[in-house]
Amino acid sequence: MIWDWNFTFEILPKLAGAALVTIEATLLGFAIAATLGLLVAVARIAFPRSAWGISVVVELVRSTPLLIQIFFLYFVFPKFGVMLDAFTAGVLAIGVHYAAYCSEVYRAGFDNIPRGQWEASIALNLSSWTTLRDIIVPQAIPPIVPALGNYLVALFKETPLLSAIAVLELMQTAKIIGSETFRYTEPITLVGLFFLAMSLVSAALIKALEIMLDRRMAR
Amino acid sequence: MTDQQPMVRFDNVSKRYGALTVLDGLTLDIGRGEKVSIIGPSGSGKTTVLRMLMTLETINDGVIWVEGEPLTHMERNGRLVPADLAHIRKIRAKIGMVFQSFNLFPHMTAMQNCIEAPITVLGMKRAEAEARAAELLDMVGLSQKKDHYPSQLSGGQQQRVAIARSCAMRPKIMLFDEVTSALDPELVGEVLEVIRKLGREHDLTMLMVTHQMGFAREFSDRVCFFHAGKICEQGPPGELFGAPKNERTRQFLNAVLEAG
Repeated sequence: MIWDWNFTFEILPKLAGAALVTIEATLLGFAIAATLGLLVAVARIAFPRSAWGISVVVELVRSTPLLIQIFFLYFVFPKFGVMLDAFTAGVLAIGVHYAAYCSEVYRAGFDNIPRGQWEASIALNLSSWTTLRDIIVPQAIPPIVPALGNYLVALFKETPLLSAIAVLELMQTAKIIGSETFRYTEPITLVGLFFLAMSLVSAALIKALEIMLDRRMAR
Repeated sequence: MTDQQPMVRFDNVSKRYGALTVLDGLTLDIGRGEKVSIIGPSGSGKTTVLRMLMTLETINDGVIWVEGEPLTHMERNGRLVPADLAHIRKIRAKIGMVFQSFNLFPHMTAMQNCIEAPITVLGMKRAEAEARAAELLDMVGLSQKKDHYPSQLSGGQQQRVAIARSCAMRPKIMLFDEVTSALDPELVGEVLEVIRKLGREHDLTMLMVTHQMGFAREFSDRVCFFHAGKICEQGPPGELFGAPKNERTRQFLNAVLEAG
């Protein structure tokens, strides 16, 4: 028999626990990506002189593999006295990597705001901070929700890379079960199904959010 | 002595974009409460005058003064140096501007548009800001539309909200940049009516760039005709429209009045 239901139910609790770690890593990683990405995009506008330097860093992060960045944070940073546990290093690497992508999305959102909105803010003597917080960001975000959502799903699907530094997320847990029992079919299949289900759920949630924002903007 | 001081003084102000000189040594005083219209062919630099005064454009030469204080510069050890943002914000609080394309905030209702700056810049309490905004929206005839979003309003209504929004900051100087140019002809009248009202009810200094010659003639104390980055001719509307001295003014007025 290729599929053993008893074995499936036996490993399910263990995998469920690991799934929570995966979700946790995803949410924390995306929180970093979304926030840091926004900060980078804002810094580009606020300090035009730093824009060139920022571009270089963003390009560097986007043009090197995430796996290398994870290894760098986990294995190389300690040489400089920065010790991070595997989960922290992994989440940080994923967050920074996707922040580079998100910053480009935010930038596109900002670029789409008509000049007149900035000029009206100046004419009303709004501070730069108020202009960003109340005028620019609220108009820039809704159109880019789909793009940010795509990165959330992409980030989620990259969390198995954390198994490379032995974070006990889904993939790592499945591998351990496999190597202990010599049965890989069930754990790997279950992990695949879990990613499929979660991706579909997030995609549906993003779609719903998009429709809600569309409705608000269409007023 | 402040009454003797001009409200706005352009002192030998120039603006260049690369090799192109948009304004060439502009010198112009505008008195307190004076209503000045700027007319001229497109590309003559008239909109640039407003944009420099609103600090939307930097200037290359000269100094702009507001009520005897430099706007584009500040005094340091008795010398004028380019102004920093804090100084600019302090002086430009006296100036408001209404744009050709309205530039309302599309994600805010008419009311929210009118209270945003009073609350965040002047530190007004929400209730006070709303009461004042309600008065202003009433003045522009839109008290019924206060909870509408800009997309739900006609162009004329949007422009009237924009005027109310600008007034909410209690500027001493209001700038109007071709405020009826983007409107359908039947909506122009309602906006001009609000500007007329503003001119009557407030002791406001008003500076407008306009193509509405009839309105400029009837409303302004003084009309300036711009050509190629310079004031070509200026004077009371009766004189400038009735008996223009300059050949270019005559040509321009003939062309405009024929078309209109």
